This record gives sequence, C-alpha cells and structure tokens, in this order.
Amino acid sequence: MNPRILPYVLILPVTLFLCLFFLYPFVLVSKQAFSTGAGFTLENFQDVTSHWKFPISFKNTLLLAAAVVPVQLALALLMATMVNGMGRGRDLVLYVWTIPLGISDLAAGIIWLAIFEQSGFLNSMLSGLGVIDKPVSFLSYQHPGVVFLAIALAEIWRATAIMLVILVAGIGLIPKEYYEAAEVFGASPWKRFWRITLPLLRPSLQTALVLRVILAFEIFAVVAALGGTLFPVLMGETYAYQFELLNGGAAAAIALIILAISIGFTLLILRILRVPKGASI
Amino acid sequence: MAEIQIKNIAKRFGTYQALHNIDLTISDQEFMVLLGASGCGKSTLLRIIAGLETPSEGEVWIGGRRIDHLPPKDRGIAMVFQNYAVFPHLTVFENIGFGLRMQKMPNDEVTRRVERTAELMHIEQLTGRYSGELSGGQRQRVAVARALAMEPDVILMDEPLSNLDALLRLEMRAELKGVLAESNTTAIYVTHDQVEAMSLADRISVMHEGRIVQAATPVEVYRNPAERFVASFIGNPPMNFLPATPVKGGQWSVAGQMMDGPSANKALEFAIRPEDLKIADSGLTAVAKVVEPLGAHLLVTCAVEGHQFRAVLDSDLVVKPGETLTFAPLADRVRWFDPDTQKAVA
Repeated sequence: MNPRILPYVLILPVTLFLCLFFLYPFVLVSKQAFSTGAGFTLENFQDVTSHWKFPISFKNTLLLAAAVVPVQLALALLMATMVNGMGRGRDLVLYVWTIPLGISDLAAGIIWLAIFEQSGFLNSMLSGLGVIDKPVSFLSYQHPGVVFLAIALAEIWRATAIMLVILVAGIGLIPKEYYEAAEVFGASPWKRFWRITLPLLRPSLQTALVLRVILAFEIFAVVAALGGTLFPVLMGETYAYQFELLNGGAAAAIALIILAISIGFTLLILRILRVPKGASI
Repeated sequence: MAEIQIKNIAKRFGTYQALHNIDLTISDQEFMVLLGASGCGKSTLLRIIAGLETPSEGEVWIGGRRIDHLPPKDRGIAMVFQNYAVFPHLTVFENIGFGLRMQKMPNDEVTRRVERTAELMHIEQLTGRYSGELSGGQRQRVAVARALAMEPDVILMDEPLSNLDALLRLEMRAELKGVLAESNTTAIYVTHDQVEAMSLADRISVMHEGRIVQAATPVEVYRNPAERFVASFIGNPPMNFLPATPVKGGQWSVAGQMMDGPSANKALEFAIRPEDLKIADSGLTAVAKVVEPLGAHLLVTCAVEGHQFRAVLDSDLVVKPGETLTFAPLADRVRWFDPDTQKAVA
C-alpha cells in the first residue's frame, strides 16, 4: 500500500469509532440542549441556571475541585519523587499506591461511607477511645464541614494515583545528567526539585492536571454515596434532571456547561504550563 | 593554588572493583588528561573528584584541603558533562549564570560574569536562546561557559567533545586549550581519544582496568611507554611487537635478525613504532599484505614471521602487496617489554 496513505488507513477505524460513539451523541446532546421542540433557544440554559440549586452546585463543584486537586498534585509529586528515589521495591510500592485506581468511584464512596456513617469505623473508634458517648451522625446537615471533608478525602484517596502514574513516568524522562549538573553547580535537593524537576515536568503536569481537573468537575458517585442531597454538585444535577425530573433538555444544558468549564480550565492549564519553543527536553 | 592530591582511592560497585588504590598528584594549573578505553574507571575517578560518587577508600585533597566528604558545591570545582547537560528550560544566559544564582550572587555581578564568559566562548549573540535552538557545538560552548563563569579552582571535563563531529571537535579542542590556559585553573579531562589527550594534556594518566598505568607528559607516554598496554593503546597505528630471544650479553635475536638490547636473560618483546622504520638493505624481512596510501604517508601492513607488523612509509614509495621489504628500525626508538610483567625493560 502507498506509504503516504497507510497512516490514514490505520487511524480510520478509531476515527469512525469516535465519530459514531462520541461526536454523534455530542451533536445530539447539543441539539437537545439548544431546543425545546421548536427551533433554536437558550431556554434550557435559562431554566437551569435560574434554579436555586444551580449556584450552590456550581460553587460546590468548584470548591471541591479547588480543595482536592492541589492536595492531589502535591501528594502525587511527593510520592513520585519518593518512588523515583527508590531502588529495590520501587515497583511494589508503586503498585500498592495505585490500587485505588482499580476501584470504581461508587465503591470508593461506599468504603468511605463505612468509615463515616453513624455505625461506621470512625464512630466505633472514637467511642472505643472514650472521646464520644453516643454515635455522631457525621454525614448530616448539622456537619456540612465533615461532609465536605469526607468527600474530599475519598476523592484524594481514590484519584491521586492517576496523577502519580503520569508524574512518575514524566520524572523518569528527565535525564540524570541535569540533576548532576545542578548538584555540581550548587543546587540543594530542594532547589533541584524547584529549578529542575518541576520545570522539566511541565508536559506531564499538563496532562495530569487536565485529566484530574476534568474528572473533578465530573464528580458524582463519591458525592452521591457520602453527601447525597446534602451536597449538590453539577453532575448530580444533570442526573436529577435526566432521571428524576425527566427533563432531557435541561440535563443536556448542564452537561454542556460542565464541558465549557472543563474546556476553559484545560486551556488555562495548557497556557500556564506551556513550554516555550526550543525549551523542551 | 589548587593542587589536587588523590590518595589511595578505591571504588567498588558490589563485588566489582572499578578503581584499585589510585594515587595521583595534579599540580596547580596543570592540564591532566585521564585516558583509557571505556570501562577503565576514568569517569568514575572524575566523578569521585566531583563528589557525584563516593569512594570506597581513600582521600581527595584540593588546594591542601581534604574534600572527599564535602558536597560538590563546596569543592571549588565546576564540571562539563559529556551530554552537555545544558538545562533545556533555561536560556543560555540563565544556564551560564546557574551556578552563580545558586550562590546568591548579586544580579549585576551575574550579568557581568555571564557576559564575559559568553564572549570568551563566542556565544554572546545566543544568550537569549534555549538549548533546543542551539547546535551541538553551541551547546558545548554553553556548558564550558557555565563552568568558567564559576571561576573554579578546578574544572572537570567528562569526554566533553565526544558528541561533536570530527571537524568541530578539532576546532573546539584548540579553543578549549587556549581558553583553559588563560583561565589559570587546574583541569582534569577524561577522554578515550588519544589524539585529544596528546594535543591537550600537560600530562596524561593512562588508565587500564581501574589502575593508572602511567602518568607522564604526552611525549613521554608516546616515546617511553611504561607498560605494553600503553604502547599498544597509544599511537595510531599502534606499536609493533615481535618476540625476542636472548643470544648473549645484550644481543637479541628478533625474527632472525641480531639486535642490541637490554642485558636480560629471558625472552622479551621487541617493540618499535611503525613510523620508526626505514627501508634498508638489511634488517627485518617483511612481506607486504595490505598497502594503504593515506596521502601524507603510506601505511603498509606486513607479516614478519607470521606476526602482524605495520610500517608508516614515505608516500612517494611504491609498494605492492606480496612484495618483500627489509626494515631497519631506528636504534634509539626500539623498546623492550617483559611479557610476564608487561613492564618496559631498560
């Protein structure tokens, strides 16, 4: 076969697959969002955004992302640096740390529910230690802070590993000679991390952050398990419109809003962490 | 003053002994080349001096101060790496100034030093660029400038020219020699390229299997190799060796020819460099096998009693394969080696 055509032929199946199962549904969802049965309209968006729950779920989603992603980033960087400094046992530690990746988000939510619920591990432990007399209902409307914290913890526990894996691979790509040069020219371990590792890790940081931020805006199952209706988020609202209120147009509109936020943040991350021309490894 | 003393340095990686009790003194402002084949331990020795590797035994002193327990930055050294290690995310300016910034040097002093060294290395127009926009030779210059900007007591270089193409290597070699001579620093330079070693060094330390077999001036190493290894490693083409049997008091039989030699009473090896042979009426009889006209010279590979034997002859000569030649070795260039100890015999 003509070698100039071959690459296109090879990517044809996946292109068709994406068009059929991604692009086509996307077009359908967009049509649904921008119509109520009689031509183009923004009515769905006006309905959705003027509802009293929208600002709360919007704020909650952003707050959660703002609380979770930086912690995950810092943890993933720390863990990746530690893994990279290890000799023997490195792979074992990496596998153990990535176990949460293999657990579905709903299961992760349920695991943390078992800790925080009224008859959960946390209550047993605290009463065992004599800190409390009777079980406390942590995940109730009286403790919004605890609900938020439980969701954030579950998310951090569940999804830090995806960043870790990307960052470990990225750090592995940085030639050792740069660290040796930095050491000879007087950079302390801390300075080497700030002046060599972080800047050279920008491409991996981009990937890890984009992936994590998008997933953070799509948070749903963990919140459903731990917060229920106490902690409304955008994805939960999408679900409610679609399956409880049977309003497909409104659900599609929220889905598109989430998409717009995700695109906005992706562009921002790519812009902030861009590598100037000629400055890549 | 930055005299370097290496005292009894040994390095083991597990059960593998990379360096065997190295002793070496390098004088202030001397240009010392560590020369050897890959795996001989020369880079390990350099990395021990730099502080990137810890010795298993021994001490390193620079300028009368023991430094082997100090971190690299406190040793008064700067280094040029084989793959340059020019930081890709920093501009040329920031690369050259990296070490100075780490010392928290004031901005105007950093600028002054960076500009001066960039000028010295002829890269003053490139200071705003990233390394991805530079050629290999330019990156090399940045790496050298970064080391010089530190105004170190000692500059360490690990095969710095090995990634450059032949012509550029020749040019950089001469330039490096000039720049370093003016900088008044002590230099240690690791290479496997003997021509580079000969052209740059005040002294060459020839290393073999984790030992220094000879440390001497280039001419000395070339003319009077201390061991058979040095004789066979240095020189292109290498020295010729022929077995020699003693006849009587200082008389030796080499390939059927009588020669004057040392007064030992055991079999030795006769050695002569290919360029120290003259065509004569009597002498070693050789049959030409391969004739290679190299422009300046004629390289003839022959067989002398079944031993490979090379001669570098005048390019005007016409020699054909199969022809029988008679060589007279220059008497004062003949060397003798003990095949048991591998050492030179006077």
